[in-house]
Amino acid sequence: MIDFSNFIDLPLVWGVLIATAVFLYALLDGFDLGCGILFPFAPSDKSRNQIMNSIAPFWDGNETWLVLGTGGLFVAFPVAYAILLPAVYMPATFMLFGLIFRGVAFEFRFKASQKNRRMWDFSFHAGSLLAAFMQGMILGNVVQGFEVAGRNFAGGALDWANGFAVLTGLGVVAAYALLGAAWLVYKTEGATQKWARKMGRYVFFYVGLAMVVISISMPFMDSRIESLWFNTPNIYYLSIIPLLTLLAFYTLWKDLGDNKREVRPFLLVAAIFLLGYMGICISLYPWIVPFEFTLWEAAAVSTSQSFVLIGTVIMLPIILAYTAYCYYVFKGKSSDEPMY
Amino acid sequence: MTDLLDAVLLARLQFAFTISFHIIFPAFTIGLASWLAVVEWRWLSTGQQVYEQIYKMWVKVFAVCFGLGVVSGVVMSYQFGTNWSVFSDRVGNVIGPLLGYEVLTAFFLEASFLGIMLFGWGRVSKKMHFVSTCIVAVGTLISAFWILSANSWMQTPQGFEIGADGLLYPTSWMEIIFNPSFPYRLAHMITAAYLTTAFVVAGVAAFYLWKGIYQKHAKIMMAMAMLMAVFVSPIQLLIGHEHGENTLEYQPIKVAAMEGNWETGTHKPLYLFGMPNEETETTDYALAIPNGASLVLTGRADGVVPGLKGVPKSERPPVSIVFWSFRTMVGIGLAMILTGVMAVVLHYRKSLYTARWFQWWCMAMLPSGFVAILAGWFVTEVGRQPYTAYGVIKTAESISPVNAEQVAITLLGFVVVYTFIFGAGIHYVIKLIRKGPDIGEEEERYYDHSIEASVTKAATKGDAQ
Ligand code: HDD
Ligand code: HEM
Ligand code: HEM
Repeated sequence: MIDFSNFIDLPLVWGVLIATAVFLYALLDGFDLGCGILFPFAPSDKSRNQIMNSIAPFWDGNETWLVLGTGGLFVAFPVAYAILLPAVYMPATFMLFGLIFRGVAFEFRFKASQKNRRMWDFSFHAGSLLAAFMQGMILGNVVQGFEVAGRNFAGGALDWANGFAVLTGLGVVAAYALLGAAWLVYKTEGATQKWARKMGRYVFFYVGLAMVVISISMPFMDSRIESLWFNTPNIYYLSIIPLLTLLAFYTLWKDLGDNKREVRPFLLVAAIFLLGYMGICISLYPWIVPFEFTLWEAAAVSTSQSFVLIGTVIMLPIILAYTAYCYYVFKGKSSDEPMY
Repeated sequence: MTDLLDAVLLARLQFAFTISFHIIFPAFTIGLASWLAVVEWRWLSTGQQVYEQIYKMWVKVFAVCFGLGVVSGVVMSYQFGTNWSVFSDRVGNVIGPLLGYEVLTAFFLEASFLGIMLFGWGRVSKKMHFVSTCIVAVGTLISAFWILSANSWMQTPQGFEIGADGLLYPTSWMEIIFNPSFPYRLAHMITAAYLTTAFVVAGVAAFYLWKGIYQKHAKIMMAMAMLMAVFVSPIQLLIGHEHGENTLEYQPIKVAAMEGNWETGTHKPLYLFGMPNEETETTDYALAIPNGASLVLTGRADGVVPGLKGVPKSERPPVSIVFWSFRTMVGIGLAMILTGVMAVVLHYRKSLYTARWFQWWCMAMLPSGFVAILAGWFVTEVGRQPYTAYGVIKTAESISPVNAEQVAITLLGFVVVYTFIFGAGIHYVIKLIRKGPDIGEEEERYYDHSIEASVTKAATKGDAQ
C-alpha cells in the first residue's frame, strides 16, 4: 500500500488542506450568502434580479467547498468528524435547513408566479441568514472546544447555545454581508452598485466590532492561546496580523466611499477574511479538536491519508482551473434579464 | 438502554427518510443528463430545431431536480457524522477515502459545468455548451461510481483488518473499491437511472400525444424512450439476476428474506405472493411456483436455497419489508419489459403514436422507475440489517452519542422541510411540462389557425399579464 508518511508530515499537510478548503468555502459561499443577507434591502426588483443572476451560475460550485471541508475531515481525521458533528448536531442541521431554502430559491424563483416569487425571495434571504448565523455558531463552538470522553462527544445537548457562539454567529453574518456588498460593487453598476457601496459602509462597523471582541475574548478562553499571542518575541511577529487588518479596513472604507474602485473592495474584504482566519488558525494550532486531539492524534491511518492525497494533488489544480474558467465565462456585469 | 434503542430507531428513520428523498433526484438526473447530451448531439449534428426545443424544455426540469439533488445530498454528507459518528470513526479509514474521491472527481465537476449548461447560452460556443452537458453527465456517473463503491463495501466488506483499538485499517484499495458486489450494484443502479428517466420522458410524451399538442416533439421523445424500454429493460432483468446470485454467495440471509424462505434446503418454491410471518417462522397464504426459487437461484431444481432459520433471530433482517420490496421492484421490472414488447408490436402496426390505451399506460408508468429504485434500495439496505457494515459493525453500535429528542426534533424538521420543498419542486416541474417546449413564432401560427384557438390564446395571454 502507498504510504508517504516517511517523507511527508501527512497530518500537517491534511490540516493545511482542510483549512484551505474551509477558507475557500467561507470566501466563495460567503459572498453569495452575503448577497442573500442583503437581498431584501435592495432598492428595486430589478436590482434583486441582478443580484440573483450575479450568483446563480456559481452557488453550487461554491457550496461544494463545504462538502469538501466536511468530507476532508471525514477522510483525514475521522475522529474529529465523529466528535464535531454530534457536538454541533443542532446548529449543523439548522444550517442545512438554511442552505436548502436558499438553494432551491434559485430555481424556484424564476419559475414562480409573481405572488409566489415573494415567498422564494424570502426563502432566499432567510435561508442565507440562517445558514450564515449557524456557521458562525459552529465556529464559536469549535474555538471553545468540546467535552470529550474517549473518542466521543460527551457534552450536553444544549452546550452549543452559548453567548460566545451567538457573538461569532452575528460576526459571521456581518462579515458575509460585507463580502456580499463588495461582490455586488464588482458585479453590478448604476443604482445597485451605489446601494451596495452604502450597505458595505453600513455593515463595516459591525464586522470591525465583532473582530475586535472575538480577538480580545479568545486569549481569555484558554491560557495557551494567551501565552501564544502575548509572549515575547511572538507578540512582535504576530502583531503584523492586526496591523495589516487595520490597514485593509482603512483602505476598504475609502474604496467604498469613492466611486472609482470596483474590484479592490472585494480583494480587501478577502484579505480581511484571510487575516482573521489566520488569527484563529494560529490560536488553535496544533489542535483539530481544540484541547483534546491534535492533528497527529486524530489523523486517519497514514495509508488512507496518502491514498487520498494523490487524488487531491492531481485534482485540486484541475478543479481550481475549471472553477476559474467558469468565473471567466460569466465575467462582466450581471443583467436583470432571466438567463434562460 | 430503551432510550438508546429509541435513538437508534429514530436515527435509522432519519437516515432512511433523507436518503430516500435524496436518491429520487440523482436517479432522475443521472439518466436525464445523459439523455440531454444525446439530444444536444442530435441537435448539433442534424441542425433540426425540434431537438433544440426539446433540450431547452428538459434542461429546465433538469435544473430543478439537480438543485433538489444537491441540497439533499449535502444533508447526506452530514448524516454520517451527526447520527452515525461511531460508525464513521471506526470505518473512516476505509470508507472516508471513497467519499473523498467522490467530492474531488465528481461533485466539483458537476457543480461547475452545471452553471455553463444552464446559463451559458450565448457566452460559450455551441460546441463548448455541448461539452459542458457531457461533462455534467459524466460527473453524475463518476459520482455514482464512488458512492456505490462505498455502499457496496458496506454490503460486502473486504480489503481491511481490524486493529487492537477496534478501528478498521485498509490493506488493499483495489479490494476495497472493487469489492464483490460493486460491479453488479453499479451496473444495476445506472441502468435503473436510465430506465427511470426513459419512463418519465415516455409519460410526458404520452401526455402530449394524448392532448394532441407538440406532436413532433412527443414522437421523438416517445421513440427515444421506447428504444430504452425495448433494449435496456431486459438487460436490467439479467443484471438483476446476476446481482441476486452474487448476493446468494455473500449475503445468503438477505436472499432468504427476499425469497421468504425459512428452512435451508433443495426444491424450494418461488413465492409469487405470501405473508412472511416472523412469529411462526413460516410464509403463509403462499401462492408459489414449485422448485422456482431453486431454479432461479441455482439453475437446478435440487439446488440449495438458504433459509432464515439458519441464523438466530437476532441476526435476521425484517423479513416482510425485504420480501415485499423485492416483489415490487421485480414486478415493475417485468412491467417495463412488457411496455417494450407492446411498443414493438404497436410500431409494426403503425400505431405507436396513436393508440390511446398505450398513452394511458405510459402515463401510468411515469413514476414506476422511482418506485422500483426505492424498493430496490429497501431490499439492499433493510436486507443488510442488523449490520451497517455486513458482518463487521452492527447498526446499534454505530449510533452517535446523541439523545433521542435531538434526533426526533431534527427528523420532524426534515419531514416538514422536505415535504414543503418536494411539493414546490413537483409543482414547478409540472408547470414546466404543461408549458411544454418553446416552439417560437413560426410553428405557433401553424397550430392555431382556427379562430377559436386564437381567441382562447388571446384570453390566456391577457390573463398572464
Ligand atoms: C454509502 C452509504 C449508503 C448509501 C449509498 C445508501 N445507504 Fe441506506 N443506509 C446506510 C448507508 C447507505 C447506513 C448508514 O449504513 C444505514 C443507516 C442505518 C443502517 O443500518 O444503515 C442505512 C439504512 C437505510 C435504511 C434503513 C434500514 C433499516 O434500518 O432497517 C433504508 C430504508 C435505506 N438505508 C435506504 C437507502 C436508500 C433508498 C438508498 C439510496 C440511495 C440508500 N439507502 C443508500
Ligand atoms: C449515503 C449516501 C450518499 C451521500 C452521502 C451523498 C452525498 C451527496 C452530496 C453531498 C451531493 C451534493 C454534491 C454537490 O454539492 O454538488 C450529492 C449529489 C449527488 N448524488 Fe449523492 N449521496 C449519497 C447517495 C447517492 C447515491 C446512492 C447516488 C447514485 C447512485 C448518488 C448520486 C448523486 C448524484 C448524481 C448527485 C448530483 C446531484 C444530482 O444529480 O441531483 N448519491 N450526493
Ligand atoms: C427485472 C428484474 C429485476 C431483478 C431480478 C432485480 C434484482 C435485484 C436484486 C437481487 C437486488 C438486491 C441486491 C442486493 O443488495 O443484494 C436489487 C437491488 C436494486 N434494484 Fe433491482 N432488480 C430488477 C429490476 C429493477 C428495476 C426495474 C429497477 C429500477 C428501475 C431496479 C432498481 C434496483 C435498485 C436501485 C437496487 C438497489 C441497489 C443495488 O443493490 O443495486 N431493479 N435488484
